[in-house]
Amino acid sequence: MSTLNARFNGQVGDFRLNVDFAIPTQGVTALFGPSGCGKTTLLRCIAGLTRLPGAELSLNGDSWQQGRRFLPTHKRPIGYVFQEPGLFAHLNVMKNLSYGMRRAGVKTEDSNELGELAELMGITHLLQRQVHALSGGERQRVAIARALLMRPKLLLMDEPLSALDQDNKNEILPYLEQLHAQLEIPVLYVTHDRREVERLADRILLLREGELLAQGEIGEMLARPDLPFASARDAVTVLDGRVLHFDVRYGLSTLQIDGGTLEVPDTLGPTGVYKRLRIAATDVSLAQSLDHASTILNRLPAVIWKILPTDGSSLNVLLRIGNMGEGSALLASVTRKSVESMNLQPGQSIYAQIKGASLLGSHTTPHPRQHRMTPLLNS
Amino acid sequence: MTEAILLTLKLAGLTTLILLLVGTPLAWWLARNRTWWKEIINALVALPLVLPPTVLGFYLLLVMSPQSALGGFLKQTFGITLPFTFEGLVVGSVIYSLPFVVQPIRNAFEAIGSAPMEVAATLRASPLDRFLTVALPLARPGFLSGAVLGFAHTVGEFGVVLMIGGNLPGETKVLSIAIYDHVESLEWSQAHILSGGMLAGSFLLIFAMMLIEKRWGRLHR
Repeated sequence: MSTLNARFNGQVGDFRLNVDFAIPTQGVTALFGPSGCGKTTLLRCIAGLTRLPGAELSLNGDSWQQGRRFLPTHKRPIGYVFQEPGLFAHLNVMKNLSYGMRRAGVKTEDSNELGELAELMGITHLLQRQVHALSGGERQRVAIARALLMRPKLLLMDEPLSALDQDNKNEILPYLEQLHAQLEIPVLYVTHDRREVERLADRILLLREGELLAQGEIGEMLARPDLPFASARDAVTVLDGRVLHFDVRYGLSTLQIDGGTLEVPDTLGPTGVYKRLRIAATDVSLAQSLDHASTILNRLPAVIWKILPTDGSSLNVLLRIGNMGEGSALLASVTRKSVESMNLQPGQSIYAQIKGASLLGSHTTPHPRQHRMTPLLNS
Repeated sequence: MTEAILLTLKLAGLTTLILLLVGTPLAWWLARNRTWWKEIINALVALPLVLPPTVLGFYLLLVMSPQSALGGFLKQTFGITLPFTFEGLVVGSVIYSLPFVVQPIRNAFEAIGSAPMEVAATLRASPLDRFLTVALPLARPGFLSGAVLGFAHTVGEFGVVLMIGGNLPGETKVLSIAIYDHVESLEWSQAHILSGGMLAGSFLLIFAMMLIEKRWGRLHR
C-alpha cells in the first residue's frame, strides 16, 4: 500500500510543528483545525515551500526530505492550489494551464486531457480569456485544473474556497465533489470549514497548535464524542451505504448501511455501488416504540451510546444503529426537555427516525469502507 | 551639431543597456535579500540621487587617472585611459544613472511579492526559469520606467561630463555641453534648436512611456 509518510518536528518562525503521520495515498484527507493551528505551515512543508530542518517526508517510498536531503519544490511531483488562485497575470488562461504541463513533461498537443479537464471544471469557454476578465470562482477552477494537468502524484489544496464569497463557493463545491469522485491521486485539503470537510473528505487529520490531535475516517471522526464535530449544534453523520435495489413504483432506493437499511428517494445507480450519505442530527428524532404509524420511512432500532452537550440549547444523542447497537454511529439532536421527559440514558434501546438523508453530491465512494468504531467510543 | 546629437544618443543608449544588464540582478538582490547590510548597498546605489554631480565627477576623475591605483592598472594591463574619453563617460554615466534604473525595477520586483514565484515553483519551474518566465514579464512596467529614466537622465547629465569628459568634439562633447557652448558664445539660435529639440524629445519619450504603461495596466489588472 502506497502512503505519504511525514514527520515534522521543529520550529518554523515562532510556530512549533510536531506531527507524525502516514496517510494512504488515495482519497481526500482534510487537514482540519482552527486558524493558526499549523495547517498551512504543514502543507507548505510538504510542498517544500517552507523548510523545516530535521523533518522526514516520503511519498510511496521516494524520500523528499531526510537528513540533509531536501528536494526543492519544483522537483516534487505535486500539484498545489493556493488560497489565492495565483494565476499569472501576464498569460491567458490557456497559457496558464500549459505552463505547468510543459514543465512536468505532459504533452499539451496530443492529449485530450486538457479538453476533458477543462470540460469537467467548466472552463472550456474561458481558455482564450485574459486572467483579469475571470470571476474569483473561475480563477480558482483554472488554478485547480492547472495543478491537475501536471499529473501530480499528490494534490495539496490550501483552503481553496476561503478567498471566495458564498456564491462563488457554492459554484465551485460541486466541481470539487465531481473531482473527488474521479481523482485517483491523494489529496491533502486544508480547511477550517466543517461543511467542506463533511462534503469532501474521506479522512480527517485534526490539528491543534501544531500538534496532531486525532486522525481517522470521516464517519468515525465526525461521531467521536471526544472531538468537537459530534457536539456541534449542526452536527452531521456521514455514512456509506451499498445500493441493494431500486423500487420503481415509489421511486425509492434501498441502501444497506452498517446495522440496517435506509430508503432514499431517487435512483442511486446500479446494485452494489457504494454511496455516501449525510444525515443532519436535526433530521433525526427518537421514539420509544414503533406503535404509532408515521410518515417517516426510516425508523431504525438503535442503542444510546452517549448524550453530548452542544454549544446550543439542545443535546446531541450519539446512537449506534442496530438492536444491539452493533452498527454505524448516528447523531440525533434532541431538546433537553425531551431527554428528561423520556428519561434517555446511555445503554437504552430506542428507535431513530430519520427524516432526511441527503446524498453527498454525486459522490460514489471508491471503496467499501468499514465504520469500525475506535476504542474511545466504547469508553 | 549632428555629431553631438549622435554622440549623446550613443552614450545614453549604451549606458541604458549596461544599466539594464547590471541593474536587474542588483535590483533582484535588493528586492529579495533580507540581510541587514543590504541597506548599505541600497544607500550606495541611491547616493547619486543626492550627490552633486561635480563631486561625483571629481572623485571619478581621481580614481580614473593613470596616477591612481585603478587607473594605472587599467592603463598598464589593457591600455585603457578613461578620463576625457567616451569610455570614461560611459563609466561615469552608468554610476550616475544607476539609481534611476535600479529603483523602479526593484520596486516592480517587490510589488510582485513571493506568491507568483511560489506558484511557479509548484508548477515545476526552476529558480532561473521562474525568474525569466514570471518575475521578468511581471516586472515589465518597472523595466520600462527604469530604461526611460536612465536614458533621459544620461542625456541630460552635465556636471559629471564636464568633470571627466571635457569638451572634445566627437568624443565627449554631448548635447548638454554643446548647448552650454552655444550659449557661452551667444549663438542663441543653435542653442534654441538643440534645447527645443531636447524639450520635444523628452516630452515624447515620457508621453510614450505613459501610453505604454496605461496599455499594460489595462491588460494586467
